[in-house]
Amino acid sequence: MTAVYSEHALVLSVVLFALGLFGVLIRRNIIFILLSIEIMLNAAGLAFVAAGAKWAAADGQVMFIFILAMAAAEVSVGLALALQMHHKLKTLDADSADRMKG
Amino acid sequence: MPEFLWIIPALPFGGFLLLAIAGRRVSKTWVALIGAGSVGLAFAAALSVGISFIGAAPGVNSYVLDLGTWISVNGFTSSFSLYLDALSLVMVLVITFVGFLIHIYSAGFMAGEEDYARFFAYMNLFIGSMLILVLADDLLFLYLGWEGVGLCSYLLIGFWYKDPLNGLAARKAFVVTRIGDTSLSLGLFLLATNLGTLRIQEVMYLAAGRWPVGSGMALAASALLLGGAIGKSAQLPLQTWLPDAMAGPTPVSALIHAATMVTAGVYLIARTHLLFTLAPQVQTAVAVIGALTLVVAGLSAVTQRDIKRVLAYSTISQIGYMFVALGVGAWSAAIFHFMTHAFFKALLFLGAGMVIISVDHEHDMFKMGGLRSQLPAVFWTFLIGACSLSALPFVTAGFYSKELIIYYSLASPLGNRWLWVAGVLGAFITSLYAFRMVFITFFGESRFRVRERPGMIMTVPAAVLAVLSLVAGFIELPASAGKTRIFSTFLSSSLPAITIREAAPGAETALSAFAAIVSLLGIFLAYILFFHRRRYADRLTASRAGRLGHRFLFGGWGFDWLYNAFIVRPFVWIARINKDDFIDLVYLGMLWSGSRLSNILSISQNGKVRTYALGIAFGAVIALAIMVFK
Amino acid sequence: MNAIFYLSAAVAVISTALTITRANAAHALLYFIVSLLSVSLIFFVLGAPFVAALEVIIYAGAIMVLFLFVIMLLNLGAEAAEKERELLTPQVWIGPGILVAVLFCELLYGLRYGFQGAGGAMIIGPKLVGTTLLGPYLIGVELASMLLLAGLVGAYHLGRRSTPDEEAREGR
Repeated sequence: MTAVYSEHALVLSVVLFALGLFGVLIRRNIIFILLSIEIMLNAAGLAFVAAGAKWAAADGQVMFIFILAMAAAEVSVGLALALQMHHKLKTLDADSADRMKG
Repeated sequence: MPEFLWIIPALPFGGFLLLAIAGRRVSKTWVALIGAGSVGLAFAAALSVGISFIGAAPGVNSYVLDLGTWISVNGFTSSFSLYLDALSLVMVLVITFVGFLIHIYSAGFMAGEEDYARFFAYMNLFIGSMLILVLADDLLFLYLGWEGVGLCSYLLIGFWYKDPLNGLAARKAFVVTRIGDTSLSLGLFLLATNLGTLRIQEVMYLAAGRWPVGSGMALAASALLLGGAIGKSAQLPLQTWLPDAMAGPTPVSALIHAATMVTAGVYLIARTHLLFTLAPQVQTAVAVIGALTLVVAGLSAVTQRDIKRVLAYSTISQIGYMFVALGVGAWSAAIFHFMTHAFFKALLFLGAGMVIISVDHEHDMFKMGGLRSQLPAVFWTFLIGACSLSALPFVTAGFYSKELIIYYSLASPLGNRWLWVAGVLGAFITSLYAFRMVFITFFGESRFRVRERPGMIMTVPAAVLAVLSLVAGFIELPASAGKTRIFSTFLSSSLPAITIREAAPGAETALSAFAAIVSLLGIFLAYILFFHRRRYADRLTASRAGRLGHRFLFGGWGFDWLYNAFIVRPFVWIARINKDDFIDLVYLGMLWSGSRLSNILSISQNGKVRTYALGIAFGAVIALAIMVFK
Repeated sequence: MNAIFYLSAAVAVISTALTITRANAAHALLYFIVSLLSVSLIFFVLGAPFVAALEVIIYAGAIMVLFLFVIMLLNLGAEAAEKERELLTPQVWIGPGILVAVLFCELLYGLRYGFQGAGGAMIIGPKLVGTTLLGPYLIGVELASMLLLAGLVGAYHLGRRSTPDEEAREGR
């Protein structure tokens, strides 16, 4: 049964990942983009845990903890950037921050 | 004491560094003290090294001082090592001594100059490079000195760089000698690849062991070395740079002609004489080039108006004598003539410099005249120099060295009567132009009012050189006059003595007497043409043939014209055609397409984060597709 | 057991889909928290109670609160008050409410019958995770700590409002 669960959990992680990517691509608000990235990270973590459950190993969970740490760091910097952007550009539209245009 | 050999070249280099760094901040007195002092100390060091070397145990003929490795790669090693033997000792002593006198003289000659420190710095570098050249044990190290000398000649000939003509002369000297330098470097490559070493003694030993006499390798190597020597020593056909090198200050000319630079070629051939004995054809070429040069340059010297250009052609001609001596295997005679030439040519240049400075930097002899009473000290020293140059019998050093060469050019197994004829003819021409110079400059009606006579600082070095120009010959006397062989005996440890063909007893005396008479005839002709019956000379040059001949000789046998027409102008023409370098089009095309592509790609750089995210997603999709469907 | 797993999965997918489609950031955040909670349930089912707890405490607790702070910082004034009122309308809270209710039922069921009962999945407890984490993955822990430090410094630097004279110097 666990095997079935883990495989289904993997399918779920794929669905969540796709949704997250979709969110990154369709949203213009930088907060939503960050949120969608969190969805993708969470999906990746789910995949790790599911794989760990399948092989009955703790490594999957360890990886999840690492992803958690990374997500925390990423979110803190990303949100600080969003604050700066709002302060400087008076908007949260990611497309308006295009001064690096080549 | 020989272990302090490194001090000799180190002193002028130290002087150069000191002057280059602090020269502008100290007074002229200090600059002169540093500049002349470093060379003087180098002479003192050379003297003490020489005394201990001579006093060393018999059988010790050479001393090698290794100062460290320069290059060590794949079995080939080149090191900073100095080599002292009789030959390099003689060279070092002459260079430092004559260089020292010229430095003292310069302190007076350049007194009014702005760039005093720069001048002395270059001069010290010049001496230092030349000392490296003659002391180097390794041909690559020698080449360092060789190039250093070339660089310094460029810097000093173009010393008064504000006049573009001087820069042109300096460039010409540099480019023309570069042809010889390239030949020399090719020769070094050849030796290094075939023998695996560039240490001169090892090269000689290996070459003698591996290459039979007349073999292609020996011919190629010695011919390439000869090319280098020709360029540096201003022999036919690379002699054109030396007359133009007169653009530099007169002490520079003295240094280039007497102690450094032009004698480097003579030294190189003498140093590698074993290679040349392995290639008799090349050695004959040395003699022939020397013989041709001494006549060609001598005839040009007869027609010059500029006192320094006369001396320049005279140097070319005298180096030609040394080449003849080298070509017939009279190695020590060549070095002997180098030494006496260093004394009297330096003396002549110093005298010419004093004349020039006394007549407000006028170089044209025909505008001087009658300076004998106004500049007596200059006149007497200059006269001694001219006598020595024209080999006045018995009392001058030039006589003994030149007669030796003329004699060997016939007596040596490698010599023949054509070389001897050229030598005798050269002697005649030499005394003709030497005394033409004396008569025109110092005799006749006075055209110039000398305001200030040159000071002691200039006359004393000239006087010292004058004494040496007279007495230096007595260390090597022919059979007819005492038969002293001090010089060649001393050199015999590094240069083999010449073998002489069996000749009738008294032949040497007869030949010497004949050559001496020819020299005197030259002086006599000069007296007739340029003092006693001036109108004969005028009539000669006024005639149609005379005018043409004069122009031909005055222009140095048209060598400059020839090179301009056949080398310089075609080259400039090709360069002008190819000014927009058509090969560049390829690179310009690459540049153009690169920037185009960049413009196209930069559209994708729209600065929008989401587009980039889309790109990442797209890439991930493709990567996954490859993994799934491969 | 099956039901719990598939219900949770369904809740996760629906709430995530709603997260990325909301106009209001606060609403999206609420949906995302629901999604996280349901994923946490799935972790329980997969036999990973420790990370399930971490998911709730750190993800749903700490990180989402950070998001909430930022959203609150950015929405000030009358516009924010308007949004505030919008938050109270039924069509706003009814969606998350239903989803949370489903989750709640699942949790209750799980508490009653045990999560791992039916599947017999091997439970990998905190002890094993801890020994693995601080054993073979020690270097990873160190690297993660450095990453967090960098995140801390970066967030402090970026989040700081520049002073007026600094802005003048930047030419704005």
